[in-house]
Amino acid sequence: MAEVVWTTLKLAGLTTVLLLIAATPIAWWLSRRRAWWKEIVAAITTLPIILPPSVLGFYLLICIAPQSPLMGLLHPFGIRTLAFTFTGLVIGSMVYSLPFAVQPLRNAFEAMGPRPMEVAATLRASPLDAFFTVALPLARRGFLTAAILVFAHTIGEFGVVLMIGGGIPGKTEVISVRIYQQVEALQYGEAHKLAAGVVAFSFAALLAMLLIDRGAERGAP
Amino acid sequence: MIGVEGRFAGSLGGFRLDAEFHLEPTGITALSGASGSGKTTLLRCIAGLTRLPGKLTVGGEVWQDEQVFLPPHRRPVGVVFQEASLFSHLSVRGNLEYGARRAKTVDLDETIELLGLAPLLARSTGALSGGERQRVALGRALVTRPRLLLMDEPLSSLDAGAKAEILPYLERLHRTLAIPLLYISHDAGEIARLADRVLLMAAGKVAPGEAARRGELASLTPAERDALALAALRAGLTP
Repeated sequence: MAEVVWTTLKLAGLTTVLLLIAATPIAWWLSRRRAWWKEIVAAITTLPIILPPSVLGFYLLICIAPQSPLMGLLHPFGIRTLAFTFTGLVIGSMVYSLPFAVQPLRNAFEAMGPRPMEVAATLRASPLDAFFTVALPLARRGFLTAAILVFAHTIGEFGVVLMIGGGIPGKTEVISVRIYQQVEALQYGEAHKLAAGVVAFSFAALLAMLLIDRGAERGAP
Repeated sequence: MIGVEGRFAGSLGGFRLDAEFHLEPTGITALSGASGSGKTTLLRCIAGLTRLPGKLTVGGEVWQDEQVFLPPHRRPVGVVFQEASLFSHLSVRGNLEYGARRAKTVDLDETIELLGLAPLLARSTGALSGGERQRVALGRALVTRPRLLLMDEPLSSLDAGAKAEILPYLERLHRTLAIPLLYISHDAGEIARLADRVLLMAAGKVAPGEAARRGELASLTPAERDALALAALRAGLTP
């Protein structure tokens, strides 16, 4: 049981860190552009929320399978496939949770308005300097919300990880997949332990987020 | 030419700015005119925050012309906005140091002394009154040692008490400042107390015959000043 919990936490942790880094420029771009067609990009990044996990998993599997053009690019580096690997699982989880990172970050950047960046510019900060020293610190609540959401959502994912991970013990088997297998094998006692743990964790994550939002409304730092 | 020479002409949305102006090397020039006349747009063009075609030289240095456009962070300009817009993630000292570090200013004491900021330094920006916030915003702009200071109705969001508290600091600043200061204001009282000269704007243009001496315009109501600006504009249009 420790092994499957470790795999799950490792997956959620890595996904959270990498996704926050990847989603930040997307969210920033979406928050600064005025053109209507940016919403096309916004819609694409939001798509994973409403797509059935099996659809997402199916396309992801095609993308990371040995014959895909994408994997063809990686052949020179000795990588033939990412299907049923932990790396593939991280990539899939990042796609699956993308909206949960982009949306809170975009909201945080939009709420700040253009003024802080303008002030920073008049104080001699270059745009990149101002982004790191003003925009990111002012959006810290958005980052916290995004981190909690992505971490919890990754722990909660099932369909995508089953399809592209295959549930290989010690490698790609995560808690949600283990619970499914235990229930299939009628090991209800074992399933209860893990399931209750997920409920408790998810509740704590949501409560933390609501308390953060509450603090934001009060304007506390 | 010493001082500030500028001309901006261009459209922004439905608004057309066509403004030519000159600022003396020192002293406070009030920029007045009805709302929507383009005062803030002109100020943003000078700071480089809005880009319209034009020319701008400050103390002989070209900030903008046909070939050159210095981005705002490369212009030694100080800007105080209508709302103090302090960085809420930094303390008062952190706000002052933000610009000072980038402008490589070592000594903040003079500004801190001038504006009486010493007791505020350790506070968070959320714990300041409106007047204190604007004083910090002014100090933050000054420590970058700008060669031109721009203020966009810095007192308009303050109540009478806070205004009365901050005006003496602005008068002290006026006596010590060796750079031009462009000060947008509607308020006749503020203009009378602070301004050496007044520029009037109407419909995106600066009225010619600008350099009205202090007092002449200050005694007029805003409506009278706008009428004067319009009349001057019309006179300029029909030679």
